[in-house]
Amino acid sequence: MKSPKFLLPVATAGVLALTLSACGGGGGGGTTTGGGDAEAGLDGRGPITYVQGKDNSNVVRPLVAKWNAAHPNEKVTFKEQTDQADQQHDDLVQHFQAKDANYDVMSVDLVWTAEFAAKGWLQPLKDKMAVDTAAMLPSTVAGASYKDTLYAAPQNSDGGILYYRKDLVPTPPKTWDEMMQMCSIAKQNNIGCYSGQFKQYEGLTVNASEAINSAGGSVLDKDGKPSLNTAEAKEGLGNLVDAFKDGSIPKEAITYQEEESRRAFQSGNLLFHRNWPYVYNLAVTEGSSKVKDKLGMAALPGKDGPGASSLGGHNVGVSVYSKNKATALDFLKFITSEETQRFYATQGSLAPVLTNLYDDAALVKKLPYLPVLKTSIENAVPRPVTPFYPAVTQAIQENSYAALKGDKSVDQALSDMQKSIETAGAGS
Amino acid sequence: MSTGTALRAEQDKGRRAAQNKEKWAQGRTYISAAVILIWCLAPAYWMVVVAFREVGFTYDTSILPTHITLDNFITAFDTSFGNRFGQALLNSIFIGVVVTAISLLIGVFAAYALARLNFRFKYMVLGFILGASMFPGVALITPLFQLFTNIGWMGTYQALIIPNISFVLPLTVYTMTSFFREMPWELEESARVDGCTQGQAFRKVIMPLAAPAIFTTAILAFISSWNEFLIASQLSSDATQPVTVAIANFAGAQPQQIPYTAIMAAGTIVTIPLVILVLVFQRKIVAGLTAGAVK
Amino acid sequence: MATEVGPTPVKAPASGGTPIHHGPKGVGEDNKILSQGKWAAWLLAPTIIALAIVIVYPIISAIVMSFQKDAGLDPATGLFTAGGPAGVQNYVNWIAQQCATPGGGTVACPPGTLGAQFWSATTTTFIFTIITVTLETVLGFWMAMIMARNFKGRSLVRAAVLVPWAIPTAVTAQLWLFIFDFQGIANKLFNASILWTGSEWPAKWAVIIADTWKTTPFMALLILAGLQMIPAEVYEAAKVDGASAWQRFRMITLPLVKPALMVAILFRTLDALRMFDLPYILTGGANNTTTLSILVINQIRQGFNAAAALSTITFIIIFIVAFIFVRFLGANVVEQSGATGKGKK
Repeated sequence: MKSPKFLLPVATAGVLALTLSACGGGGGGGTTTGGGDAEAGLDGRGPITYVQGKDNSNVVRPLVAKWNAAHPNEKVTFKEQTDQADQQHDDLVQHFQAKDANYDVMSVDLVWTAEFAAKGWLQPLKDKMAVDTAAMLPSTVAGASYKDTLYAAPQNSDGGILYYRKDLVPTPPKTWDEMMQMCSIAKQNNIGCYSGQFKQYEGLTVNASEAINSAGGSVLDKDGKPSLNTAEAKEGLGNLVDAFKDGSIPKEAITYQEEESRRAFQSGNLLFHRNWPYVYNLAVTEGSSKVKDKLGMAALPGKDGPGASSLGGHNVGVSVYSKNKATALDFLKFITSEETQRFYATQGSLAPVLTNLYDDAALVKKLPYLPVLKTSIENAVPRPVTPFYPAVTQAIQENSYAALKGDKSVDQALSDMQKSIETAGAGS
Repeated sequence: MSTGTALRAEQDKGRRAAQNKEKWAQGRTYISAAVILIWCLAPAYWMVVVAFREVGFTYDTSILPTHITLDNFITAFDTSFGNRFGQALLNSIFIGVVVTAISLLIGVFAAYALARLNFRFKYMVLGFILGASMFPGVALITPLFQLFTNIGWMGTYQALIIPNISFVLPLTVYTMTSFFREMPWELEESARVDGCTQGQAFRKVIMPLAAPAIFTTAILAFISSWNEFLIASQLSSDATQPVTVAIANFAGAQPQQIPYTAIMAAGTIVTIPLVILVLVFQRKIVAGLTAGAVK
Repeated sequence: MATEVGPTPVKAPASGGTPIHHGPKGVGEDNKILSQGKWAAWLLAPTIIALAIVIVYPIISAIVMSFQKDAGLDPATGLFTAGGPAGVQNYVNWIAQQCATPGGGTVACPPGTLGAQFWSATTTTFIFTIITVTLETVLGFWMAMIMARNFKGRSLVRAAVLVPWAIPTAVTAQLWLFIFDFQGIANKLFNASILWTGSEWPAKWAVIIADTWKTTPFMALLILAGLQMIPAEVYEAAKVDGASAWQRFRMITLPLVKPALMVAILFRTLDALRMFDLPYILTGGANNTTTLSILVINQIRQGFNAAAALSTITFIIIFIVAFIFVRFLGANVVEQSGATGKGKK
């Protein structure tokens, strides 16, 4: 057996690399840029590329075509990413790290905005690059800002809606306690009472922070420090844990993402259901839906009034490496214009960021959930705005999941969450 | 006379017992084959059933097809929303064929050297090749992205083909080496005695014997390239994306909707060329076997 | 050993006749040893170059980065600044599960950080590897034995066996997620109400079943190819000698198929230790199904240098497993050929 000998070179390579490491270099981890790029190309005009995830309902192409017809010398090329958020994020990071000047304008998920801003990849939208945000919903503007500077323009918004069975519940609950009292109705009808999304994934962060925010707590304080060891946070997470314990939330909800929970509601097995606006369309049109004529919508229940929804949606940012930032800024303004926002809403069911559109009679007729959604978004809290979002969401997901399953007490879960988020800020 | 009949009866009995045993063995083979078919195909059957279901009835659990529609297949190939599933299929086939051909060719070279030639550092080379299969694939993406950006290869076919070749090479080399070692190489030498060149001897005598191994390795290489997703999702462009990336691009009509039915339709479409490929290559296996028997 | 089973080679001409070489230049009898080395270098060069570009370069750059700190936040500007040299802190983060604190020291990584998951992810990875590779080997061997037999419909079975493997992993994972849904077909068929992705062992078994289903064909095919290299005459001879089926399996099949089997098991093990897509899509890593590769990608999103350290640790773990394999289980593809080669010349 001379075998071990043959694994030797692998070890040698390791040693070799160790010696190499002394010579530094090793390009491209998550290191940052200086400020220089943000000053360059501000007056540049010319063709640009717009990057966005999968264009689900064919909104982007018509918009780009319209823009290109009006701007023959500053054409926009649409670069379409996959439908999966993780991959969109990684793709953007790769291109930023490579300082790719070909990714000029990009659609950035709300929760990545702070990270990209802190990495110095997004052009601050001030001075020459300023965008007027007066007409926009304040919470969407907050979700596009980092350290009081706007780094991207709100593109579309999203908030949670409480769907309910209006055949069984005459008036929707305004508070969590009211909703829990109505669970007796669910019991009489032999269906589950409430469900959101409780699988361990991004959706759990949404649901858990909604619970915490609605009870008056918050995940991060104003300075971006975790603030979870509070009575409010405890009550919020405790509400969900108790509901799981007494069966108000059916036990299978621990496996639910958006689609599984939607199906449970649509097949008539839930009284109350927290989900995004997209459910409305499917619940009233899909052949298998049993709630077509029984669908009610309300704002999420809170402590003593409407709850605080987690804000979803996207912002559009300009890369600091772009060479044609003047064109990019015009395109940003085009995207946030009322006409485009209206088109987003009608063509793509994407919630607008302009306040006045929520009261627009024609739009409300087409999208009956808009008034409810307006309440939801007005009361919405962006998911924790932090450059360490991946670590923060990991801490929330893992610990609240353990609490929901009863593996951990609420106190323990919150204190672990607190400590995890504290270490996240320290690098590794 | 009577003894003769008895003897014959005895023989008959023996033959019948043997026949029964044979039948029983055959029967067992068929039962096993049926079990294998069910194990392998039942989940795939479910994929096909869902692929033919209307979107509105995605979660129906009737075992038999219900709410049958071709819509999902039409959606899969629909190009109006920027899906390029058809193009992606061709890309996958092209990438798969090139990867298989190149990795087999250079893999056979390497395996021949490792199995047949004496040289120093043989164990180092083997260790080096195996070591290439030990690093988490997910951690290769960032360095490769930077490398290919620097040399301007982003979104090109070679940026997808070369990583795939490297992923399948260790297995190819190891499999071929282990099989080459088992070859009756005396045949090669005797062929040379009969006037063949070394190359001819290798091609005409050894290659046919190695056909099952080569075929198997080819299938393994092709499928592994066919399945590759992570690297392609970051390094491909719209024009070069393989089918795995195209499937990840499928989106429901609504933002959070997961288009299960369309994904299953795509899975069905993607599986078919491979099954055809295998059925076609069956002949090659058999050819390899007969050559082996005749030797 | 191989030569024992092979048919007797045709006898070389008794006298004189030096074989005529039209063969590749320079392969004369005299300078054979020398030129073999040169030949080997040429034959191996393409393989080594391909691997060097795609694998060795990233490995070395990862090792270099693993000794750098990840970017930290400058409290004044709120911008990230380069981390600088980290020494072995990135490795300590994983192995000792000590996370850095804002003050500069370290604390035991609290639950909810990735650092706290290292050892459980390592355990999970090994559990998955041991169970799936064992199941796949047994099932694959059995499938290969059946497929090697002669019966009607054999090509159908051979094609069918490939189906699970031909379906891209991205689709497979969605398919099984769909099957293992609470209201999905698996619970319906078995009239159960198991929360497949909602508790530890069902979640683990969901991953194991899906992985076994998907990759058994890989094993079956490699073993089948090994079986086909065994000449039928060997079995006939053994049958004539009255060997039972079990004896034939133990004395002929197993030893002769061992090289192919070992390669198959070795590579399956290396792959299983890097398992990623299936658990990632099926469970998202919840309920103790986070593997080392999932941990790597989660960490890449939080900081690349710490992820590079984790990749390097994973690499070393797999290296050790491969070492044990080759050293103690004899998964060595050239050992015997080297011996016979020397014996012959």
